[in-house]
Amino acid sequence: MKHLLSTEDLSLSNAVRILDTAEEMAAVGEREVKKLPTLRGRTVVNLFFEDSTRTRISFEAAAKRLSADVINFSAKGSSVSKGESLKDTAQTLSAMGADAVVIRHWASGAPHRLAATDWIDAAVINAGDGTHEHPTQALLDAFTMRRHWSKLAGTPSAGADLTGMRVAIAGDVLHSRVARSNVWLLRTLGAEVTLVAPPTLLPIGVEKWPCSVSYDLDATLARGVDAMMMLRVQGERMNASFFPTTREYSRRWGFDDNRLRALDTLGFKDTIIMHPGPMNRGLEISSAAADSPRSTVLAQVRNGVSIRMAALYLLLSGDTREPAVRTNSTSSPSAHATKESH
Amino acid sequence: MASQQQDAGTGAYLIRGAAILGGAPEDLLIRDGIIAERGQDLSADGATVIEAAGLVALPGMVDIHTHLREPGREDAETVETGTRAAALGGYTAVHAMANSTPVADTAGVVEQVLTLGRTAGWVDVRPVGAVTVGLAGEQLAELGAMADSRARVRVFSDDGICVHDPVLMRRALEYVKAFDGVVAQHAQEPRLTAGAQMNEGEVSAVLGLTGWPAVAEESIIARDVLLAQHVGSRLHVCHVSTAGSVEIIRWAKSRGVNVTAEVTPHHLWLTDELARSYDPVYKVNPPLRTDADVQALRAALADGTIDVVGTDHAPHPSEHKECEWAQAAMGMTGLETALSVVQHTMIETGLMGWADFARVTSTAPAAIGRLTDQGRPLDAGEPANVTLVDPAARWTVDPSKMATMGRNSPFAGRELPGKVVAMFFKGHPTVLDGKLNTPYRWLPEQAQLPGTAAAGH
Repeated sequence: MKHLLSTEDLSLSNAVRILDTAEEMAAVGEREVKKLPTLRGRTVVNLFFEDSTRTRISFEAAAKRLSADVINFSAKGSSVSKGESLKDTAQTLSAMGADAVVIRHWASGAPHRLAATDWIDAAVINAGDGTHEHPTQALLDAFTMRRHWSKLAGTPSAGADLTGMRVAIAGDVLHSRVARSNVWLLRTLGAEVTLVAPPTLLPIGVEKWPCSVSYDLDATLARGVDAMMMLRVQGERMNASFFPTTREYSRRWGFDDNRLRALDTLGFKDTIIMHPGPMNRGLEISSAAADSPRSTVLAQVRNGVSIRMAALYLLLSGDTREPAVRTNSTSSPSAHATKESH
Repeated sequence: MASQQQDAGTGAYLIRGAAILGGAPEDLLIRDGIIAERGQDLSADGATVIEAAGLVALPGMVDIHTHLREPGREDAETVETGTRAAALGGYTAVHAMANSTPVADTAGVVEQVLTLGRTAGWVDVRPVGAVTVGLAGEQLAELGAMADSRARVRVFSDDGICVHDPVLMRRALEYVKAFDGVVAQHAQEPRLTAGAQMNEGEVSAVLGLTGWPAVAEESIIARDVLLAQHVGSRLHVCHVSTAGSVEIIRWAKSRGVNVTAEVTPHHLWLTDELARSYDPVYKVNPPLRTDADVQALRAALADGTIDVVGTDHAPHPSEHKECEWAQAAMGMTGLETALSVVQHTMIETGLMGWADFARVTSTAPAAIGRLTDQGRPLDAGEPANVTLVDPAARWTVDPSKMATMGRNSPFAGRELPGKVVAMFFKGHPTVLDGKLNTPYRWLPEQAQLPGTAAAGH
């Protein structure tokens, strides 16, 4: 691995290696001194063309725990807002000796451009690009699911995948980089994914994705779900006629108190409720659901630091070997339709 | 290959043994701007002999759709550089689209472009007039004034922007009947394509790029062919890109609608799979579609449903392509690769022969533009606009070596068949041995003559 750009092209072995490394990093976070000397003298640039305090501080904490020097470069109030191009920005960072660039960009594919061009030689980590991918979010989600899944099975997390786990992802799939990254990664890890959304918020072509699609959240829950992930829905989508009103959205596709109770009624006592944040309480998720013992929202935030430590460590520590593919899984990256059409 | 003997200064050229439209070898004697003789074993004292064994002679290609960028964006292309590219690509005439700055929406601007073309002298530059003032889609430009100007405009287009108001489109179609004009429509429903970045389908779903659905093109074409039928006017559809559009045009033609259609070389070959690289060199409007669309477009060009190949040559400065996909300009260069791409996609696949090639790249586009001295047969007495091609040549596309200022060729690095060896424009060799020779020089009084479009009826 030279870069971490997407989960679509992340192999099972590399995915499991990142998750396993994150487990080791999580152990560091539980020590009194939460710091490793691993990346001392290395420079990590957080290049943010889009506001995201949560993701930026998560990467910043991860880099600092590995003793890297961190430079935060926000497009706002910088030369970027004065019209400097991505190319010039990248070349500037390269000239300053950046070893890794963590890029958040409103344009889908911007991290791929950095990685594919000769503008900069650094390792590129995609911290969310447009409506394309957000691989570290998917990895931290998978990490959270794997801990839960392993605990239920009474087996260690390390080395495990998500074979057999039923995951539902509900919300604005069309505009969601989190949904895309999760679909590819969960497929690779062997989980069964169902996307739940109004038809207007599903992309044309979704039928080719390695998952099921439903317009009915209640029916999806009734069939059994081990992890229920709610996606953020922006109220302004209403104005573009993606749905009639926020109330109607909430009734049909929100995880409200009735659906929280339904999990108990249906006997799904171990189902977790996930959300990548920031939440619109009362729209896609009710406060009772967000604050219930089933909710993993804060665990996801905590795990995000471990995942980002693992990604930085694996990309910058020099060990870029592809580990041998594990044999304890029935899933394979090559079983995915869109991969084959490359 | 062509070998140039001494130029005796007579202005006479004897092309020896060329396969005319791919047929049996014959000689062509070019003198005083016309084809003086066609036949076997011609001789002419003092004529410069061009040995053309193995070469194919074609009527000079006519591009119905070219962006020369001048006036206004001389950092992207000028009439001089764009027409050099055209000559090297096998063209003797190009239609210069109206989206310059200022927009070619007055007699003054189209006459300026005409004059720039004649000053350059590489090909016939035929200005296209805007349909609406400033391409704004609100008010008809002075179509009659442009038609009556020295530029003799017959093709009107807001290309780059769709004339989406149905009433305005109807009026434009009706009005141009007064001077035998044609409205060339950029078919793109604007509300269905707000912020669109690439073809909407499986690939856009994965890449998270806003989709440009086929229906946004097809719905406008369906409306426009019905309007053209209703008012009895002539419609040209620019850069058809989808299989569904082909079906609609086929249906319209079967109903007798006076519609012609165009396909670009890139839509005959490339697909939206290339967008997976996020390299904006593959960003174009209309976008690259699927392989099913490519196959439908090839079949439609072969069976005549699509009448012409138009390059939509759209040079851009490199900074408009060296950026994020969503920030990048749409468009690809095409003048210097069109012949090769059509040979690769249509001739080497067995779908067409060189006579068909001449129809779709010369005869038909000249007819749409009402150019009387282009797209003519290679017969005695006809204007000597001739393209000589070596169909056996192979070359690798290197944008940095092109005559166009645009470096945005989607074919960069690909090996293509077919190479232009020589070009005659009005009997003058603008290209010899595959290299630019000298431009045709209009006499000062000729340079002020009106264009050669047929007069209104």
